[in-house]
Amino acid sequence: MSLKQISVFLENKPGTLHAMTTALAQNGVDMRALSLAETKDFGIVRLIVDNVYDATTVLKDAGFIHSLTPVLGVMIPDEPGGLNQVLQVLNEAAVNVEYMYAFLGGADADHAYMIFRVQDGEAATAALTAHGIRLVDQDEVAGL
Amino acid sequence: MERYYQPEIECASREQILAWQNERLVKQVQHVWDNVPYYRKKMEAKGLTPADIKGVDDLHKLPFLSKADLREAYPYGLVGMPLKDCVRIQSTSGTTGKRVVAFYTQHDIDLWEDCCARAIVAAGGTNEDVCQVSYGYGLFTGGPGLNGGSHKVGCLTIPTSSGNTERQIMFIRDLNATILCCTPSYAAYIGETMRDMGLTPDQIPLKAGIFGAEAWSEEMRQDIQNTLGIKAYDIYGLTELSGPGVSFECSAQSGMHINEDHFIAEIIDPDTGEVLPEGSQGELVFTSITKEAFPLLRYRTRDICSLSREKCPCGRTHVKMVKPKGRTDDMLIIRGVNVFPSQIETVLLNYGYPANYQIIVDRVKSTDTLDVHVEMTPEMFTDNLGEVSRRQDELVDGLRSMLGLAAKVTLVAPKSIVRSEGKAVRVIDRRKI
Ligand SMILES: [Zn+2]
Repeated sequence: MSLKQISVFLENKPGTLHAMTTALAQNGVDMRALSLAETKDFGIVRLIVDNVYDATTVLKDAGFIHSLTPVLGVMIPDEPGGLNQVLQVLNEAAVNVEYMYAFLGGADADHAYMIFRVQDGEAATAALTAHGIRLVDQDEVAGL
Repeated sequence: MERYYQPEIECASREQILAWQNERLVKQVQHVWDNVPYYRKKMEAKGLTPADIKGVDDLHKLPFLSKADLREAYPYGLVGMPLKDCVRIQSTSGTTGKRVVAFYTQHDIDLWEDCCARAIVAAGGTNEDVCQVSYGYGLFTGGPGLNGGSHKVGCLTIPTSSGNTERQIMFIRDLNATILCCTPSYAAYIGETMRDMGLTPDQIPLKAGIFGAEAWSEEMRQDIQNTLGIKAYDIYGLTELSGPGVSFECSAQSGMHINEDHFIAEIIDPDTGEVLPEGSQGELVFTSITKEAFPLLRYRTRDICSLSREKCPCGRTHVKMVKPKGRTDDMLIIRGVNVFPSQIETVLLNYGYPANYQIIVDRVKSTDTLDVHVEMTPEMFTDNLGEVSRRQDELVDGLRSMLGLAAKVTLVAPKSIVRSEGKAVRVIDRRKI
């Protein structure tokens, strides 16, 4: 059970991130999570949105290069040690985390959400589920 | 089967070609002596009279003409016919200083169009073909030259001129154009636009392209051939000598046959002016032996290339010149190293990047910097930052081994480098020297 993350190439120039978010906003695409990774020369923006099809169409029309990457949306108990518990499960299952970032939040006050990009998605899903940790799917994201 | 426009000339024996050259050179030197005082003075300064030039073997005795001479003699100083006998001028934008203005009699235009017709037939053109000329029309020689050649072959000619790419594509598709003539960078752009429209090569009626007026690499040829599903032929020329058609590629696609019945080619050492032995690389020099209105003798082109007399499988006997690496004008000197934009293009295409690029040269604290802007493509993009950086580094290494010089690579957004409809602007030199 994975989410479709949209990864967008951004030229390292003032205003490019804003140009992208403007294009999405003007076309009614709602962003649920966003993370920016950059080198001194270029950047990659990672997005979780409500409607992947609409978002990729908007990006293509606006001339942004992008790709889709499967990631995991993990519900983390909003209590001390919550994130640590998730990482421990992944560590024990020998799943390598490439990167992770926070979700912009949802209606559920008892949980936080985080996005994980892991090398072995199936192993991660199995290990987390076995420990009673919930993963969210694309439909749930749209409804959050 | 190979077809020729003028088989008796294009496949003539070496002896015949040499006989034409000897006879026409002697006549041309007399014509210039009688009608072009600017050049006569140059001959006199070397103690020469027309009697000293008995044939091609004496060519090396004649003084050179250079772009500087054209500037000095502007506009009429090198004209060899009374203006009442001239019917046209063509002109090229000098990258430095004054424009070049070349003159033509009707006879000159006729011979020039023959040369272009030879190129079209060598690319497989017949009177069954529909030839779209997307070179600029007007002062630039590309449009008028190929237009005239296309008429001579009897192709249905579509004179779209350059620009308005959607209209170009509409005509190619609606009128089933089979031959496209334009600059290679514009051909690449037309191909890219068609691909973005979702057209595959088999949906494009074109079968051949004749592309010239700028230096382009072998890799760019492959790229254009693949996107448009055509065979792409090179054509070479200079406004000073007539325009496109001084030389052209045949089915062998390995060098351009020089129309030796109109032009005598030499390769010289650009520093000493000495004629180099056959096969050497050096500066290309042309002597125009049939032009009446603008008869240039030993004109230095500043193009660096070599000549080959190896037998060509196409059956043509005229000498071939290899694709010039670039004009000495296009050559950049960066930290003392000679760099041709076409070398950078080769590296980009080898690593899977598009041939659309821009080279930015600057000087920071008295050191030259070379920054190559390359457009990111969907194929080259991945979510993995390290992987994108690795590909960028790979390109930096590739450039270093090709140029012997460290270059910076900047990945830019797709379509952010301005597309050209004529000659591409490849180099931005910000150095203030
Ligand atoms: Zn040939």
